[in-house]
This record gives sequence, structure tokens and C-alpha cells, in this order.
Amino acid sequence: MVAEWIFANGKSVGEIREDFPILQTKLTLVDHDDPIDLVYLDTAATAQKPLKVIQAEARYYREQNANIHRALHTLGETATALYEGSRDKVQAFINAEHRHEIIFTRNTTESINLVASSFGRSFGPEDEILLTEMEHHSNLVPWQLLSEQTGCKLKFIPISPGGELELEKLDELLTNKTALVGVVHISNIFGTVNDIEQIISKAHSMDIPVLIDGAQSSPHMAIDVQQLDCDFFAFSSHKLYGPMGIGILYGKEKLLEKMPPYMGGGDMIRSVKLTGSTWNDLPWKFEAGTPNVGGVAGFGAAIDYIKELSFDSICEYENMLTEYARKSLSGIKNIKIYGPSGHRAGVFSFTHNDLHPHDMAQFLDRYGIAVRAGHHCAQPAMRKLKVSSMARASLAFYNTRSEIDFLVEKIIAAGEYFNNGI
Amino acid sequence: MAFDDLYQEIILDHAKHPRNKENLDFISDDEVHENPTCGDSVKLAVDFSQDGKLERVRFDGDGCAISTSSASMMTEIVEGKSKEEVLKMIKSFILIMRNESESSLDDFGDLIALEGVIKYPLRVKCATLPWHALEDLLA
Repeated sequence: MVAEWIFANGKSVGEIREDFPILQTKLTLVDHDDPIDLVYLDTAATAQKPLKVIQAEARYYREQNANIHRALHTLGETATALYEGSRDKVQAFINAEHRHEIIFTRNTTESINLVASSFGRSFGPEDEILLTEMEHHSNLVPWQLLSEQTGCKLKFIPISPGGELELEKLDELLTNKTALVGVVHISNIFGTVNDIEQIISKAHSMDIPVLIDGAQSSPHMAIDVQQLDCDFFAFSSHKLYGPMGIGILYGKEKLLEKMPPYMGGGDMIRSVKLTGSTWNDLPWKFEAGTPNVGGVAGFGAAIDYIKELSFDSICEYENMLTEYARKSLSGIKNIKIYGPSGHRAGVFSFTHNDLHPHDMAQFLDRYGIAVRAGHHCAQPAMRKLKVSSMARASLAFYNTRSEIDFLVEKIIAAGEYFNNGI
Repeated sequence: MAFDDLYQEIILDHAKHPRNKENLDFISDDEVHENPTCGDSVKLAVDFSQDGKLERVRFDGDGCAISTSSASMMTEIVEGKSKEEVLKMIKSFILIMRNESESSLDDFGDLIALEGVIKYPLRVKCATLPWHALEDLLA
């Protein structure tokens, strides 16, 4: 069972938990005398960080801090090597063909905005962008802004009440006007693992490029961008056990080469005259200004950590835990779980007949259980399902069955509290 | 225990049996007030008496126990008051809830039950949402 589960690096779940300092600290609640244990079930919002990540970022500022790509001194070379070394790690992590196809941004949102502003700059009123109804606001609003600027039209692959894409409509939605398809790999509300392979292959048969929002998928499954053959893949360090403030955009070389710069400034130029400038090579053309080198160093350490655990082992454990959670949660009276009943990621949005998700989250917080409540930055999908708010528990490899049992116990208690409290 | 301060019985009662809550589908969705961080929404209908006082306030929407009970109690306390009086009350209520005021909710009848919310800054917006909606409607 769980206690006997051993990850590829030889560690048990208990030992893995020891790698995460925050899982060892006690939580102090408002007006609550004794600090209590944290039961962190909000990894889909942001993952906790292993000590190695925290140490790598701290080490950078203690021993390696210098500006990159310009300093000729030793420290500058160290910092540059560290920053570019992390780029190599990301390249290997997602199996990109070239290292210069990896662009560091601030987050998934900025990665998508980069594509919208730069790749989308040439779009016009005759062009269509095909998205889905389950997109996070980060893969919707940048395209709405682009549509306002260029007149291009947005179309959407509908979702079913079960939180799955109605891919049978794909053939009619893809037209010779479609200039780009943008789709979320794993839904942050439903946990749906979308069949992006089918979407990519259909779009490519019509020469339409595809952008994948991999914010929720990259932490839980091995990504091979060459095998997927996607044109853009956007994800974030902070959901992958790395520091906040680092995002990644993978783009195919031939597309990135043709795209105009996204932001202007230092580092992205080759030569600057008062009358105009020429651009640096990839990837630096898209990395204007001093980047978050410490964060990138931390992200490199996060990738090392994940590699040591191995995705085979992470997936096997997380799938087991997800199935356990699905069974346990669906057994609770008065609870509705959203999303597919079959294969899914460890993201469970739910509502309770007798109490609002905020009150549920507040009740659970009393016991140290951290879940998300709200619209999950996906209001159109929520509207379609006619729900204004949901609570969401999301899992990672550092969670245990006993944490899920505790969650179930307290969800039941919350229902009783709000019913009997009157 | 702070949690029981937050969910006092009177709050749970108003949340479960909200007063003056009716289907207000005749009001357009454009008039809905939303809390952008959580998706909670409220809309209000105000009937004025001939002398310009608030005769009846009804609300509709979807919210947590805190915002529903706040809306429910608000509709009760403003009844029969003049627009000016109510606007003053709203300003005062919002400042108290944000912990930016020396006053307390002593003069707010049952709404004093919401004082426990002040300790939970993330929930203050839930309590003030219907009050902001009424302020916009009267202003």
C-alpha cells in the first residue's frame, strides 16, 4: 500500500515529503492556539518546492549573482552558464530539437501572450483562432485582446456536461480560415486529459499550427514536444515544483525565426541605432531585459528533482492516488464531482448541495486542509455548466491516501456543521 | 474559536433562509454585481415609497453563507430609511469591515454577527459585495 510505495529514487512517500520543508512546518490559524499540520491539496494552483530548489535559488544569490550575457568577469560567466544550463535542462525535459526553441518568460500566461502578440500580429479580420470552452483565462483573454486589435475571430470547441471536448465537431470548426488552434492539455477544473494528438494531427493536415497550454500537464506526465509535434507549448516553473516567476515557451524554430520581437530592450538586440535596431538570435530575441536568473537556476534544480523521481514512478503513484480519491469523493452524500469518470488527472472540482464552496474551503481550512474555491480562472466553462463556483482538491506525488481520507471525513463534517448549526 | 465567530448561528440562519431573496430574472445580467475573485454575484431591486424612502429591497444571486447572510440582513436593516441615510450606512459598513474605521457594527442590528469576518481579510469582500451593489444602485 502507500507506506510501501517506493519511487524510482528509492524513497518512500514519507521520505519524499521530507524533501519539502513546507510539508514539515505547522500552520498557525487565526485565533487557533495550537499550530496544526498542513494538508496541501492545491497543487494545481501552485506546487510546493523541494529543499533542493530553495537551496539552488538561495545559492545563486549568495554565491553566483551577476548579470548575464554581458559581464566579462568570472561571476558573470558563472551566472550565464547557470542560466543557459537550465535552458539545456528544459530542452532535454521536453525533448525539444534545439536549445534555442526554449524561451524563458514569467509564467504560462506570458508565454501565451508572447505568441498572441508576436505570432498573431499578422492576423487580420479574415483569420480565425480555434480555442476550447474549457480554456483557463490565460489562453482566452490574450486572444480576445488580439481579436480587438486585428479583427480576427475566435471560435470554440464546445465542452460536454461531463467536462470533455466535443471533438466530433472539430472537422467543421477547422476551416481554411483557421490561423491557429490553442488548446489546454489538462483542464485545471475537470482534470480532463485532452486528446491533443488528434487535434494536432487534424490541424496539421490543414497546415494549421497548434499551441498547447501545458501548465497542468507538464508537472504530471512526460512531455515530448517532438513526438506531440505541437508548434508551441507553454508551461510554468511554479506548477512544476520550481520557483514562481518563471515560465517557458517552446516554439518550433521555423515559426520563432519568422516572428517579430515581443518586447524591446536590452539583450534582445544585435545592434541599436537611434533610427532602428536589429534583433539578436533565438532565443534571446524574445528575452528582453535582465531575466530572473535565480528563478531559472531554481527551475533547473526542480527538473533535476523530477528526473530523479522519474515520470514513470510519479505517474504510477499519482494515478493510483487519483483513482483512490475519485472513489472516495464520489462516495460522499450530497457531493457532485465534475469532470470525466474515466481516465483523468488528479484535479477534483466539486460542489456540495448544502453549502457554498467558499464555506466548504473555509471549513476545511480550519483543519489545515488547503483547497481552492472559486471560478478557477475559467468562467466560461463554469457558466456553461451553470455553476458559479466550485471547490477543488488537486493532488501531487507528495500527497497520501490518509490525507484523502482526512479530506473526505472533513467534507462530511462540513455538511453536518452547516446543516446542524442552525 | 474564530471559526464559530465567523459562522455565528444568525449568519447560518440567514444563509439558509435568506430574507427578501427572490427570483429577479427580470433584471438584466448587466446589472449583476460580481466578486471577480470568486465568481459570487448579486443583483438588487429597490422599491421606493412616495416620500423617497426605501420601501423594500429584494436580492437575488449566488453566494456563500457570508455574502448571502450579509445581503439578507442588509435588505432588512435599510427598509424604511432614506437614500441619504442608507448611503451613509453603506460607507460606514464597508469601512468597518475593511478594518479602516474606529466604529463597530453595534448600530447595525443583527449584522454585528459579521464582525467575525473582519479577521478573515479574504472573506471581507464576500460580506461587502451586496453593500457595494446597493451603493451603486442608489448613487
